[in-house]
Amino acid sequence: MTAGLVAPSPTPWRQAWSRFARRWPAVLGLGAVLLIVLAALLAPAIAPHDPLAMPDPVGLRAAPPSWPHLLGTDAFSRDMLSRLLYGARVSLAVGIASALIAVLLGGAVGFAAGLGSPAVDALLMRGVDVALALPRVFILLAALALWDDVPLGAIILLIALTGWFGVSRLVRSHVRRLAAEPWAAATTALGGGRRRMMRHLLPHVAATIIVSATLDIGNIILLEAGLSFLGLGLGPPTPTWGNMILEGRDLLFTAPWVALTPGLALTVTVIAFNLVGDGLRDALDPRAVARSAAGGVA
Amino acid sequence: MARFAFRRLAAALLTVALVVSITFVLAHLAPGEPMLADAERFHVDPARVARVRAEFGLDRPLATQYAMYLGNAIRGNLGESFTMRRPAVALLLERFPHTALLAGAALLIAFAAGIAVALVQATRPGSWTDALLSGATLAFHSTPTFWLGLILLVVCAQWLGWLPVGGMTTPVEHQAMGAMGRMLDVGRHLVLPALTLALVQTAEIARYQRGALLDALGSEFVRAARAKGLAERAVLVRHALRSALAPVVTLAGMSVPALLAGSVLVESVFGWPGMGRLTRDAIVSRDYNLILAAAVASAVLVALGNLVADLAAHALDPRTTL
Repeated sequence: MTAGLVAPSPTPWRQAWSRFARRWPAVLGLGAVLLIVLAALLAPAIAPHDPLAMPDPVGLRAAPPSWPHLLGTDAFSRDMLSRLLYGARVSLAVGIASALIAVLLGGAVGFAAGLGSPAVDALLMRGVDVALALPRVFILLAALALWDDVPLGAIILLIALTGWFGVSRLVRSHVRRLAAEPWAAATTALGGGRRRMMRHLLPHVAATIIVSATLDIGNIILLEAGLSFLGLGLGPPTPTWGNMILEGRDLLFTAPWVALTPGLALTVTVIAFNLVGDGLRDALDPRAVARSAAGGVA
Repeated sequence: MARFAFRRLAAALLTVALVVSITFVLAHLAPGEPMLADAERFHVDPARVARVRAEFGLDRPLATQYAMYLGNAIRGNLGESFTMRRPAVALLLERFPHTALLAGAALLIAFAAGIAVALVQATRPGSWTDALLSGATLAFHSTPTFWLGLILLVVCAQWLGWLPVGGMTTPVEHQAMGAMGRMLDVGRHLVLPALTLALVQTAEIARYQRGALLDALGSEFVRAARAKGLAERAVLVRHALRSALAPVVTLAGMSVPALLAGSVLVESVFGWPGMGRLTRDAIVSRDYNLILAAAVASAVLVALGNLVADLAAHALDPRTTL
């Protein structure tokens, strides 16, 4: 406590980090996320086999786990562990890239509505209201069914384009709330335009944006896996966790490990991202924590 | 209230119209005209091709086609399924009761279990039980529905042999059963798919209700109830739970999109003959009219769910104007 009087107080980001680091579930989640990302990046180097190679479609068909094939093989004798590692690349690429694009789009629209004239605000938010009621999954189904083999970029874009509405609302209301505060009024009084205002608001709103992006990654990974399970998206032989489960489904009663491992990988990955997201939310918005803690103790 | 209802209804119609427009655009982005793509390859008489094009209005300008499409959609005509040669809307309507049964059962399970879990957690915040249940709900919230269904299938149907592996009825025997037996038969087939669809929702509801209950327990009116000497149980059930339960109808209305999207996956895993499996079959056979009709149907159902949610929210708290 006394040290705080002498030493310069740490920046808000540093404080947030120390709050984050104090929660073991969040740290565990972050560790898992880093490990999974690393495994996906290094897939070509660490995968024991070629994920597409079919060494012995008859003798090694859906073989149980063994030393040369730690997680067994699938219906075409391909190595499950290698396919799992390569499949991680698709899930992570779609999850992270789509969440990033969605958040940038939603953030831009949210700022435009929050700082714009009432007419612009009303127009944008009415539009977002309507868009939020769109049956996202069915629109994705219809759009993806147009192609037999959808390029990765198209999947990322389609998921991002149908997923930014919620963020824009969050950002807009946060911007409105901040813009009503005295220091924001002071910015305007000192002659700052919308540009200056945005520069002042951005660091505050960044927390909202980062948290919602992180929590969105998990949802998007599940969404992509579901689409893949329906046979939409990257077609075979490219391994994705979703289409691996689809292929494992035919072997469900004879070789359950083929469907089991990609599903476990999905669950662990999504849990990891959600733990990080929950941790970030608590760390970046200490007031929310204080509120819920007060509610809990009283 | 009437004005509010009218505005929400207008918004719902606007959403459905938007979805119809999106499906129109998507239908025209589809490579080739579905029925005519192969006409040249198979040396079909050009006069015949022209006749078919005229019959389906494919020779008109795009704006005219759009107007025709909208007009037809309003009259409940969304084209014919390519594979089944029957109106897509009729096919979807036929399957709707099955999906409604599945989704309704899932919703009931999800609310009962979700609220029970939240109640256990909110009465001992910060305890090991609370932490454990929070972990469990997070895990279910993060599990892919269809994969969970496959696991349940292996464990409950194959290993334990308790429940049937799929479908909605036992193939031949069902015909020979009495009314009671048939209901039980459908019930037995319903357990696994409904449980699968419910588990993910349960997590969602438990997470939400835990927060709502904790907020209620920390509020002034609960302190007042305690101050006047009510037993903790009465405070919990009659005051805190009641205020936390208020948004249940709203939540149910808002869970329609998740239930419909989930039903596509769950019904394909369990072979449940509802709209979801119909959609999945349409995807596999690239039955484009049927896929688009399913998208429009889901938009209508989601809009209805939102309408119910908004009206319920407004009825509970007239200050909500949205």
